[in-house]
Amino acid sequence: MSEAIRNPAGPIELEARDLSVLYGETRALKYVSLSIPDRKVVAFIGPSGCGKSTLLRCFNRMNDLIPGVKIEGEALFQGRNLYGVGVDAVDVRRRIGMVFQKPNPFPKSIYDNVVFGPRINGYKGDFRELVERSLRQAALWDEVKDRLDSNALALSGGQQQRLCIARALAVEPEVLLMDEPASALDPIATQKIEDLIYELKQDYTVVIVTHSMQQAARVSDHTAFLYMGEVIEYGPTNELFTNPREERTEAYITGRFG
Amino acid sequence: MTEPVNDGVTTTSGPSTLNPGRAAALHVRPTFAGLRATPADAGASSARATPPHPAAQRDPSRFAPRIAQRRLIASGFAALCLFATLIGVVVLAALLIDIFRDGAGRLSWSMLTGFPSRFADRAGIGPALAGSAWVLFLTTMLAFPLGVGTAIWLEEYAPNNRWRRLIEMNIANLAGVPSIVYGILGLALFVRVMSLGRSLMAAALTLALLILPVIIIASQEAIKAVPRTIRLGAYALGATRWETIKHQILPMALPGIMTGTILALSRAIGEAAPVILVGALGFVAFIPTSPLDQYTVLPFQIFNWVSRPQTAFHEVAAAASIVLLVLLLSMSAVAIWLRNKYTRRS
Repeated sequence: MSEAIRNPAGPIELEARDLSVLYGETRALKYVSLSIPDRKVVAFIGPSGCGKSTLLRCFNRMNDLIPGVKIEGEALFQGRNLYGVGVDAVDVRRRIGMVFQKPNPFPKSIYDNVVFGPRINGYKGDFRELVERSLRQAALWDEVKDRLDSNALALSGGQQQRLCIARALAVEPEVLLMDEPASALDPIATQKIEDLIYELKQDYTVVIVTHSMQQAARVSDHTAFLYMGEVIEYGPTNELFTNPREERTEAYITGRFG
Repeated sequence: MTEPVNDGVTTTSGPSTLNPGRAAALHVRPTFAGLRATPADAGASSARATPPHPAAQRDPSRFAPRIAQRRLIASGFAALCLFATLIGVVVLAALLIDIFRDGAGRLSWSMLTGFPSRFADRAGIGPALAGSAWVLFLTTMLAFPLGVGTAIWLEEYAPNNRWRRLIEMNIANLAGVPSIVYGILGLALFVRVMSLGRSLMAAALTLALLILPVIIIASQEAIKAVPRTIRLGAYALGATRWETIKHQILPMALPGIMTGTILALSRAIGEAAPVILVGALGFVAFIPTSPLDQYTVLPFQIFNWVSRPQTAFHEVAAAASIVLLVLLLSMSAVAIWLRNKYTRRS
């Protein structure tokens, strides 16, 4: 893998350097190095258990919550090691937001879902205005503006996921990590999330883990193919899909395994 | 139902190497299989030359369904279970009827508020009711924060190691310790060592210890039932552990915690044995006004009256039992109402 592919042009927002994650004795992620450019969409693809979600969760220290996990190497955010001395995971997670595979709204009102993050992080502005802005960014405002006080669990799956995106955006992060954000949704809801990702990259760096190669091809600028805990290939999405350098990448994207 | 049933997949032209006799039989007696099989199917199955479809090996003679007999066993078992249920219901009903027949006539406002007396027709449960209310209040104040705090620590903070498992195992065992043993502990520790004497506080502390394991276990279950995705969602927004617990986990677990606590408290309020040991009085002619006052409680008052020879006192005891039952049933009702109210929402 050439250095140019490891390090795409433009300012770098996130970077992994010889990053490994161990669950007990198992090395789930093996000495991974890659750079994620600012305000681009990067997709991680690969078969189940390849380590793509593990890599994603390194970037907002969600792996810390798993008992017995050990992280080696460095994960840098704007040049600073996220696992360095004096870096607080709570601060990292506000600046690097996350959306999960299954929509997980809190069983509270739509309004309370959005204001929870800002409230605990001491937001000083107007909460009503923030709620509207966040919901507009997540393309949900028009559907819920008349029922902000109703329970979030009453929304459809796709709406719930957009609420989770709005909730993540409300704390004004710089990066948005998405762990298979559309895998539990129907095609129309998926389409909406994908359109949204396209909008979001104007202001945010987006890293998305996906099982759908079509989705990776549609939404991302760069794609990394992971297999057995290693990055096999990483490059501009159109090149990786039309002209893969590695045989295993080609085998995977043509559906011969995985 | 002895006719062999074929399906659409097997065709008479298909090779049947395992059971040539059956294949021959099918030739003689074609079934409706031919109606559904298309020429393409027939061509495909013969071209593949695969072993015959399992349906071709069906042999009803290998089964003995005995439907009628199995149905009989099934209804027999249902009847047995109904009988078991009815025994409980009938015994409870008999008990209630008996108590109501004896005691309903003695229920009155003066009986509820009056003081005990040497004369059964003047005896009231005022001090016992007040004592039970005090004990309920003090026990709640002691056991609820301790129990919920322990459950939160065990579920959210404690590392999952040998020590935690040891603590949990001991708590589970404590839940099964007879209440009289707690009474002995209360007598030694609270009454004697802490010199609380025959006070409400000594009783409340003893009963709090008694129900603490139940509250801890119920709260742990309620906290465990909060989905992990909710925790992750809160953490991902930059919440600390305490903020996640306070704003997300506790509100979701609270109905379960409340239900467990109320049921545990109703056990405490019905206990006589431990409060006898820690010094409840048989005859209290005043309403306790502070936690250090002497006292009696309803179950002990009932016990006291029942052990007297005069039938008239037995009637007062029955009336007091009705009051205690109503108290316990309304506590259970609140617990059930809480549970239904919050489970319907999610």
